[in-house]
Amino acid sequence: MSAALDEGPSLASAVRTDAPPAILLDKVNKWYGAMHVLRDVSLQVATGERVVVCGPSGSGKSTMIRCINRLEQHQEGRIVVDGHELTDDVRALDAIRREVGMVFQSFNLFPHLTILENLTLAPIWVRKTPKREAEALAMHYLERVKIPEQARKYPGQLSGGQQQRVAIARALCMKPKIMLFDEPTSALDPEMIKEVLDTMVGLAEDGMTMICVTHEMGFAQRVADRVVFMDRGEVVEQGTPDRMFGSPSTDRLKLFLSQVLRGH
Amino acid sequence: MSDITLSTSVAAVPEAAPRQPPALTTGPLAWFRANLFSSWLNTALTLVLGYLIVRYAISFVDWAFVHAIWSVENNQTAACRALKASATPGACWAVITEKHRFILFGTYPYEEHWRPAIVCALFTALYVVSAMRRFWRWELAIVWAVTLVVIGVLMWGGVLGLSYVPQERWGGLPITLILATFGLAFAFPLAVLVALGRRSSMPAVRVLCVAYVELVRGVPLISVLFMASVMFPLFLPEGINIDKLLRAQVAFILFAGAYLAEVVRGGLQALPKGQYEAADALGLSYWHKTGFIILPQALRLVIPPLVNTFIGFFKDTSLVLIIGIFDLLTAGKTAVVEPAWQGFGVEVYVAISVVYFVYCFAMSRYSQNLEAELNRHRVR
Repeated sequence: MSAALDEGPSLASAVRTDAPPAILLDKVNKWYGAMHVLRDVSLQVATGERVVVCGPSGSGKSTMIRCINRLEQHQEGRIVVDGHELTDDVRALDAIRREVGMVFQSFNLFPHLTILENLTLAPIWVRKTPKREAEALAMHYLERVKIPEQARKYPGQLSGGQQQRVAIARALCMKPKIMLFDEPTSALDPEMIKEVLDTMVGLAEDGMTMICVTHEMGFAQRVADRVVFMDRGEVVEQGTPDRMFGSPSTDRLKLFLSQVLRGH
Repeated sequence: MSDITLSTSVAAVPEAAPRQPPALTTGPLAWFRANLFSSWLNTALTLVLGYLIVRYAISFVDWAFVHAIWSVENNQTAACRALKASATPGACWAVITEKHRFILFGTYPYEEHWRPAIVCALFTALYVVSAMRRFWRWELAIVWAVTLVVIGVLMWGGVLGLSYVPQERWGGLPITLILATFGLAFAFPLAVLVALGRRSSMPAVRVLCVAYVELVRGVPLISVLFMASVMFPLFLPEGINIDKLLRAQVAFILFAGAYLAEVVRGGLQALPKGQYEAADALGLSYWHKTGFIILPQALRLVIPPLVNTFIGFFKDTSLVLIIGIFDLLTAGKTAVVEPAWQGFGVEVYVAISVVYFVYCFAMSRYSQNLEAELNRHRVR
């Protein structure tokens, strides 16, 4: 899997340490029934920082990033996004969701709307952008993900890789400050993974704050400022990609890396 | 140079004729072989059923057309009765010829029958216009409002030089169409709200919606109608009297609403969770999410059961006969009460079923087209 993006130098860091953190998780806990899925997870992401979260399946990485825009609710601890604390206050949640874009494993495009309608719906109704302007914006981002010619088609007419690029463009149309990627390439055929990763590298080059749950170690190596390794609901180890992949300090990470790399 | 040789050589190759599939695997002959005569048992069944169909079709045509009597003079039904007793029985369509206006319009004043006739035409036109997708604009709501007002004016009268006709004298097809149209037009939005309410995160709303659906589904429509017509007025203060048709209409709306709500809920549950999550992640509000993402998809999924319920309720309007409202079926029943015409119920019921069938079949065909059209995005 990592072979998809080995080439290319790693990016210069765009981390801004002077600004307050874009995302702050402080001792976050979550249970599904009696199952403890997040255990005292603490994480700070600076503005412009690119964080890759990896770990075995069931380690809580998806749950964690889904807590950041409250697709899941945490039960203990504090989550602060872009200065808004996630509470039951609906206005804070609306503010956060406007600023945080999300890309799903299964794309989740709206199948009854055309690509262009998928992209313009939220800008028109949430950001109150005039329709014409929203369409120009949508075309701009479609060009950026290199599929402007598909604007009038329906999602079902596109390949998986194209659909995921549309999903990225849809999130970008809201001009988010932060992008969350939840295993964006896991549902794709191998030959389509690269086109999606290329799009994400492009975003990273522009200094977008990103949290990306992925098994693409090549992508992590090239793009990430920091790699966070999770296992059984805990953050086990974190550091720069070189440090993490070069000299893992915990046995769990060593085991995980050997399993991931054996796949190739 | 190689181009030239290449092109000449290509031109020299005779174009291969497109190959056809073997003749016996396509076409009507192959269809007959595969579906009707594929084995000895199938062949025998085909022949027996074919014989029965032809035989009964012939006797039906004999009864309904060849030997039928189409009109009689002055209610003299002796000829009809003789025909009925004879060896070659025939239909006495004279009862329809004679009584069709009573069947269609009930006890509405005879010389004013043009008014309910226009009402029926208006209703039908309203259905046709609403069915066309190019008219699906907000102006359609105005068209509906205006048409319904015109229908009210025509039925009641009392203004514009039209004589006043009390509701007790309305009857026949307009009653059926009024009950069905208002019933479904109000029950459907109610059903959508109740279905959404059953999935609400607010417990009070959820309990209320579940209670409503379970309560209404748990009792027969007939008893709801009885309650509306007999029990409900007992609770009203003296002197206040709500129109009987209106009471039946409300009962009907509440009843249909509960059934449709469950159909709509089925569609809501069939939608993948990712659709809700994607809408949430984009920051869409609850009503935007519901209106743009959830309902358009959920309702498309349930067009077949939705239309099934629509058709069922269109016919269930005939149950109002038990509280003495004169719908199409009741009017037909009453038409053959007169001694001269007693015994010709079959002809009347056949005629009434044709009217019901026309409306229901149109709904069914339309839903098939709509389904194909709206689900085009799923076809690659």
